[in-house]
Amino acid sequence: MSSNFPTSACKSAHFRTRPTASGVAAALLMLAAAPAANAASLADFDALVAQTEGQTVFFHAWSGDPTINAYIDWAGDEIEARFGIELEHVRVTDTSDVVGIVLAETAAGRDSGGSVDLVWINGENFIALKEAGLLFAPDDDGWADRLPNWNFVDDEGNPSLTVDFTVPVEGLQAPWGTVQFSFYYDANLIAETPDNPLALLDWARSNPGRFTYPQPPNFLGSTFLKLLLAYTVDDRSRLAEPLEAADADDALEPLFAYLDELHPHLWRSGRTFPANQAALRQLFADGEIEIGFANNPAEASGAVARDEFPASTRSFVFDDGMIANSHFLAIPANANAPEAAMVVANFLMSPVAQLRKQDPAVWGDFTVLDIEALDDATQAAFGALDLGVATLGPSELGPAISEPHTSWLEAIEAQWAARYQGG
Amino acid sequence: MPAALPRLVRLAPSAAIGLLVFPVLVGLAGAALPAFGFFPALGGHTLSLEPLRDVFAQPGIWKSIGLSALVGLFSPLIALVLTFVLLAATWGTPALAAVRRLIAPLLSVPHAAAAVGLAFLIAPSGFLFRLISPELSGLTRPPDLLIIQDPLGLAMTAGLVAKEMPFILLMSLAALPALDGRRRQMVMTSIGYGRGMGFALAVAPQLYQLIRLPVFAVIAYASSVADVAIILGPTTPAPLSVRILDWASDPDLTSRFMAAAGALVQLALTVSALLIWFAAEKILGRLWELFATSGIRSGRGGKGWQALALAVPLVPMLAIAAGLALLLVWSFAGPWRFPDTLPSSWSLRAWMQMGSDGFELAQTSMLIALVPTLVAAILIIGCLEVEFATGRTGGSRSLLILYLPLLIPQVTFLFGLQFLAIVLRADGMIVSVMMAHLVFVLPYMFLSLADPYRRFDRRVIQVASGLGLGFWRRLFQVRLPMMIAPILTALAIGIAVSIGQYLPTLLVGAGRVPTLTTEAVALAAGGDRRALAVAATLQSVLPFVAFWMALALPAFVARKRKGMQIA
Repeated sequence: MSSNFPTSACKSAHFRTRPTASGVAAALLMLAAAPAANAASLADFDALVAQTEGQTVFFHAWSGDPTINAYIDWAGDEIEARFGIELEHVRVTDTSDVVGIVLAETAAGRDSGGSVDLVWINGENFIALKEAGLLFAPDDDGWADRLPNWNFVDDEGNPSLTVDFTVPVEGLQAPWGTVQFSFYYDANLIAETPDNPLALLDWARSNPGRFTYPQPPNFLGSTFLKLLLAYTVDDRSRLAEPLEAADADDALEPLFAYLDELHPHLWRSGRTFPANQAALRQLFADGEIEIGFANNPAEASGAVARDEFPASTRSFVFDDGMIANSHFLAIPANANAPEAAMVVANFLMSPVAQLRKQDPAVWGDFTVLDIEALDDATQAAFGALDLGVATLGPSELGPAISEPHTSWLEAIEAQWAARYQGG
Repeated sequence: MPAALPRLVRLAPSAAIGLLVFPVLVGLAGAALPAFGFFPALGGHTLSLEPLRDVFAQPGIWKSIGLSALVGLFSPLIALVLTFVLLAATWGTPALAAVRRLIAPLLSVPHAAAAVGLAFLIAPSGFLFRLISPELSGLTRPPDLLIIQDPLGLAMTAGLVAKEMPFILLMSLAALPALDGRRRQMVMTSIGYGRGMGFALAVAPQLYQLIRLPVFAVIAYASSVADVAIILGPTTPAPLSVRILDWASDPDLTSRFMAAAGALVQLALTVSALLIWFAAEKILGRLWELFATSGIRSGRGGKGWQALALAVPLVPMLAIAAGLALLLVWSFAGPWRFPDTLPSSWSLRAWMQMGSDGFELAQTSMLIALVPTLVAAILIIGCLEVEFATGRTGGSRSLLILYLPLLIPQVTFLFGLQFLAIVLRADGMIVSVMMAHLVFVLPYMFLSLADPYRRFDRRVIQVASGLGLGFWRRLFQVRLPMMIAPILTALAIGIAVSIGQYLPTLLVGAGRVPTLTTEAVALAAGGDRRALAVAATLQSVLPFVAFWMALALPAFVARKRKGMQIA
């Protein structure tokens, strides 16, 4: 994998599309000569920055939220001004499309000069790319934990930054933001919010048809099931370990007993489910359901600001913790400009970029930095952010529950489909 | 007999095949190889039936297949019947002109947006319920009724019928002048048939022959549609196409084998649906003949029946038109909550968020739409001229392979196309995106143009030839002006198909060729109706202009050519 790194160092956009004999020859020469130089450039970040001036980074990022797109625009302007790197935001609807591009390029033998330089990614897609060996790893090693701004990252306080879905990150992706599952509701309609799954079941019984969840294996729907799993499993610490197929039925029995109880009281009596996060939000906006949820605790405030949700929307969590996870920036193994992509990732992890990102007027996505490691002025600025009426502050979010080992989710999704999807 | 064809024209079939066979075959291979377990980049080095077995081991898979097949057959059938009833009722009356005006906007809007509009109209929290709430219904909260996403796929079928009707109507209107229907109608009236029966017996069978190929395209589309199914279709289980899409986007990359195998199952399903349709055609044609020769003069229905024949087919079209109007209202809406009939305030925010690059994006989109559409038109006309001159359909029969892009789900077919572009180092280039669009544009245009062209009255060309006109003058002074309606219609369809391509543009363009559609679809993924409405409006503008011209220009040309008038 590391052999990709030196060749790409000498590459220009021109070389990518029109290989010439001399270009190939030059590349081969560099292949022999370059490794030492490149290892040095990650150690000497300033040299890396100087070397990448004038390059373009194609950043493939989900773009269904105009406020996030505007933030990426801002980052692009800053990066252009500071480093002379052009950041091109490639608008995608589904990260799996980006994985598809990398796969097709790899299948076609393009091991470098690929069209994706940086991709916004989360756990399951990260694991898939990591297992398929499709992630950039200079000197066969991670890069994110060798970036200067890694010093500020809260890697000890927030385990989800170093272990993504129980798979060690190993510096193969740079943390960008961190989220914790939370529910939203209309405070004008609900006086007392349920603080555990049993209370939620009671609430659903007395308010039939006013709650639902996206159909697994949708990411948000699966996260909801993982939350229920954490509350129904006999011993939460088991979740970090793989689930043996033989134990699956027993271990998941309480979860499905709960779902069997819950489903008749769901929206449309559980006969159909919303497709995804967007559909769930729409149901809440239309007043069809009264409790919804999101991975990003700031989502409800954003929707209020866009007139989607009523101004009386508020958030709540279960008492014994909610699933927390982080989202990241990864570089494909065959990226055309991996060095420039690292410079971009380093900027996106910087205190100034992270502070702006956490401002709910901009995006409202929680920082990956350890606030206490920052200088006083920045600490004060983080403290002064008004998170918005519908967003719980970090202290109100309660304990974080780590993602269970992926084998649990696979078993849940298979059983869910067998029980409820056959119709 | 027409004189020999110019050399350039004789090359058309080979050119079409040359340009398209390669991408189509690679696309097909891209779907077929992983379906049998071959995909080295994911560690699949040997052929096996495992992926197919996995597909059939999925819970509820037969229900998914059955659902897709039923929707794929019934929605085109209902759309076809309703369209003919509407034509019978409005044929030769001013009402037809009014119906014509509905077609362009309905066709221009992307299917997904039309489905969202319809869903908002009829959902329990939708416009109709808001209209009667709380005053008439007493509701202050939306009722928990399973209206959309129903297990039988009724809402999905209704949505597809509504969106397919304008297409079938458009094809019919383009084909009708060739039938000289007015005289047929006069004859039928003179021998004692009413308007409806006259149409049914003397016009409908021939008209159906002319629009048969587009109807097949509709069946292929309806049996494999994904976006409309996601919005209106059931989920437990979902139609096959939706499940393929889920497998293809599953983070577990090995699911891609199953997605590819699912695509082959989908291909078999669509082909089966077409075969069932062929069989039904035969039986129905026979029955029709028996009835027509019986001499029964029924169907002189009273005014009531006539009103019903006008009203019933209009319901789905008006429903979808209303849905689109509501979507436009959403794009300017501030807060709009149940049971408010209208938004409580107005806002331009959704439009501002689209950004300032709109003009540049529109230019790129137009260029990417126009080039493949014109190339396709030239190739198709060339192929059909060769066929006309030689009397052999061989050239176009080998074009059958070009219909494969319509029959295989895009997600898997595209992998091959994308692979090809990457191997040729042509990904990310605007020309490659145009080539990819050509693959999808050409079959639709061919389907819409082939039959009107083949049924063109030979004698007209023979007369022109006898008057000493050479090939090019016959083509440009006689044939093309007389066929302006079907040709402009085909061009408009080509532009609409091209503008609608999201995945090919993203994947073959490697994300580096942004168009209105890639921007709009990406933004609409967030799910806010306002953003979706803005996106849909922007995507609709170019096809709208094209369809409007396809409907308006022939009438303009016909002013000078009396025999070509339409109604």
